[in-house]
Amino acid sequence: MLSRTADSLFWMSRYIERAENLARILDASTRLSALPASYGGTHNEWTSALLTAGSADAFHRIYKDANEKTVREFLCFSEDNPASIRKCLEIARMNARAVRTAITTEMWDAINGAWLDLKNYDIKKMDREELTRFLDWVKNVSLVVDGSAYRSMLRRDEYWFTRLGLYIERADNILRLLDVKYHVLLPATERVGGTLDYFQWSSLLRSVSALTAYHWVYRESVKPWLVADLLTLNREMPRSLYACYENLVRFLDQLARQYGRIGPSQHAARAMLARLENTNIEAIFQSGLHEFITQSIIDNNNLATTIQEQYLV
Amino acid sequence: MGKSPGIREPYAQLSRWLEQASPDLLNTRRSQAEYFFRRIGITFAVYGEAESTERLIPFDIIPRVLSSSEWQTLERGLVQRVNALNAFLRDVYGKKECLRAGIVPNDLIYRNPYFRPEMDRFEVPHGVYCHIAGIDIVRVDPHTFYVLEDNARTPSGVSYMLENREVMIRLFPELFADNRVAPVENYPDNLLATLRSVAPVRAAADPTVVLLTPGQYNSAFYEHSFLADKLGVELVEGSDLFVRDDVVYMRTTEGPQRIDVIYRRVDDEFLDPLAFRPDSVLGVPGLMGAYQAGNVTLANAVGTGVADDKAVYSYMPEIVKFYTGEEPILKNVPTWRCREKDAFAYVLDHLGELVVKEVNGSGGYGMLVGPHATKDQIETFRRRLKHEPDNYIAQPTLALSTCPTFTKSGVAPRHVDLRPFVLSGSDKVRIVPGGLTRVAMKEGSLVVNSSQGGGTKDTWVLDV
Repeated sequence: MLSRTADSLFWMSRYIERAENLARILDASTRLSALPASYGGTHNEWTSALLTAGSADAFHRIYKDANEKTVREFLCFSEDNPASIRKCLEIARMNARAVRTAITTEMWDAINGAWLDLKNYDIKKMDREELTRFLDWVKNVSLVVDGSAYRSMLRRDEYWFTRLGLYIERADNILRLLDVKYHVLLPATERVGGTLDYFQWSSLLRSVSALTAYHWVYRESVKPWLVADLLTLNREMPRSLYACYENLVRFLDQLARQYGRIGPSQHAARAMLARLENTNIEAIFQSGLHEFITQSIIDNNNLATTIQEQYLV
Repeated sequence: MGKSPGIREPYAQLSRWLEQASPDLLNTRRSQAEYFFRRIGITFAVYGEAESTERLIPFDIIPRVLSSSEWQTLERGLVQRVNALNAFLRDVYGKKECLRAGIVPNDLIYRNPYFRPEMDRFEVPHGVYCHIAGIDIVRVDPHTFYVLEDNARTPSGVSYMLENREVMIRLFPELFADNRVAPVENYPDNLLATLRSVAPVRAAADPTVVLLTPGQYNSAFYEHSFLADKLGVELVEGSDLFVRDDVVYMRTTEGPQRIDVIYRRVDDEFLDPLAFRPDSVLGVPGLMGAYQAGNVTLANAVGTGVADDKAVYSYMPEIVKFYTGEEPILKNVPTWRCREKDAFAYVLDHLGELVVKEVNGSGGYGMLVGPHATKDQIETFRRRLKHEPDNYIAQPTLALSTCPTFTKSGVAPRHVDLRPFVLSGSDKVRIVPGGLTRVAMKEGSLVVNSSQGGGTKDTWVLDV
């Protein structure tokens, strides 16, 4: 396959995944901001949404106050935000269009269809109810794209590169989500269980569709280190760092098998997975959750660069 | 339906159906067709239109119908014409017998901007120059077809021929059951067979074919990706290719892969910055060297534009006779060459009646349609013409045939032309029955170019 094609497939998936994550962040923020203050409702949820999206700097170059209206506008539709949902879908579609020959009709239909349907949403006229519908729609787009890839693509390099983009992006998003919330998760040894914490954590879980999963796995009330465990090391949780790396290793191995050659990206992904296998959440907290997250973000970025260098240029 | 009154025979079945079809049904089908096209993403980019950079070409749901006997004549004429075109190009870059015999004036070749001196005396693989030709044809009465233009460089529109058919089959399955329409769906297979047949002799039994596009901002990008997909070949941009030791490779996830045949949809002057325009980033440095070393086949060959030229067009009847020894089956539109003194005087006297075209213009740009022009426009054009007569030819405004077309005010006649696609391989010439019918959507208009608001319709060759 052309390196450029692989590159476009990789980024197409990253941007679809990124759009979905933005929708999840906004969804969680909207819920939290609607809570009475005594239940953890704070107005800095909007600042926190920007931080999680990694868009705080870009935001403050344009807006002064981070409030519901400005953050929504910026993260959903802004033309000035290179990482708004609108831009993500647009870039994903541009990439899909460039590799129209490498994706199936179903995939193209899902992505191009989303890009066309996007025009039906107008942020200026959007109340909360419509915003919720919009965010659901975005999550649904990602489901449809994901499902059409899963159901229609041949299991060979086109498919593996699409998956690699998805899991690199997902790992990055999980880590950044945790990073922003780590100050909430940090006081592991202190008294926990206040209402404020409860809603913050559950909103964090909700934003990755993991609240129900949490209860199934731990059968306990929401506790910070268990939340961290679920999102990093849990092997059953499809949105955990561990699951991302299990998939990255698997798909990179499949590529290596198809091409008959193992390279640096296979080694890097395996090394990361081995680290996750050989640690536990207590150890992570002991040596510092923040340090763990920061290092993992760097490692994840390095893996992306390694994939880039090995296959995409 | 021609100039003659009444409905031509091939249309009988369709017209009975049309009479029964309610306007509501037709309207519904039309919006469904638009939805399909939008959804599949069959759009074309329009330069200089910031607003809608991706536009749909209007699609008319009423097909244009040809009988099989009409098609057979056309087909024979097309094969004859394209064989002559290839012989002409071989000769122009080879022995130049047509020049010595005085069939075509010397300066028409040597001063032609599309003549490529780099190609002189270079024998292209298998002697085929124009692998893909799009011959524009109009009908002026029930028995006469004229060739309007020979597109010998990188003719486009074939994706519309294929997608129009696809959409029609989805919208009107009952019509296809009633009419025996010859299929065109095997065009991509024919194209691939043609391209593989002209691979350099040294290439392996399974030559690697790619399609070279200028990229996704090109107006015909949709077609490029569509074709690459149907052919099952890589769609490459210049930056995906590189040349080492006169061999062309593409950059792949598994390392460099050697290329044998390039169906290029990039114009000559952008192909290789080392040989042509140094500022171009669309091409591949060193490509011409690899081509001339015989390591890669370019389709169409470099320099085919000479045969695409409207001044050379006017000599096509002589060219066909010279190389095939036969009378041309397809006529040329009568043409005055402004480079010839008497003809030029005639043209100047009759500007109000004639269509005057730039020799190298395309897409309906740089032309004067006398009967539709204002006095001012005619006078402005007269000055341009006098300044550079060699650059123009003139033709009578033709009584073009019309086809029933579904318009806002119901079914009405509109002018059409037809572009069949002719494939020349090392083994044979291949044509699928049909082509792209373009239709002037405005009443009375003769301009069918998509860049000027023209539409398209499916073309049916009835298999009876």
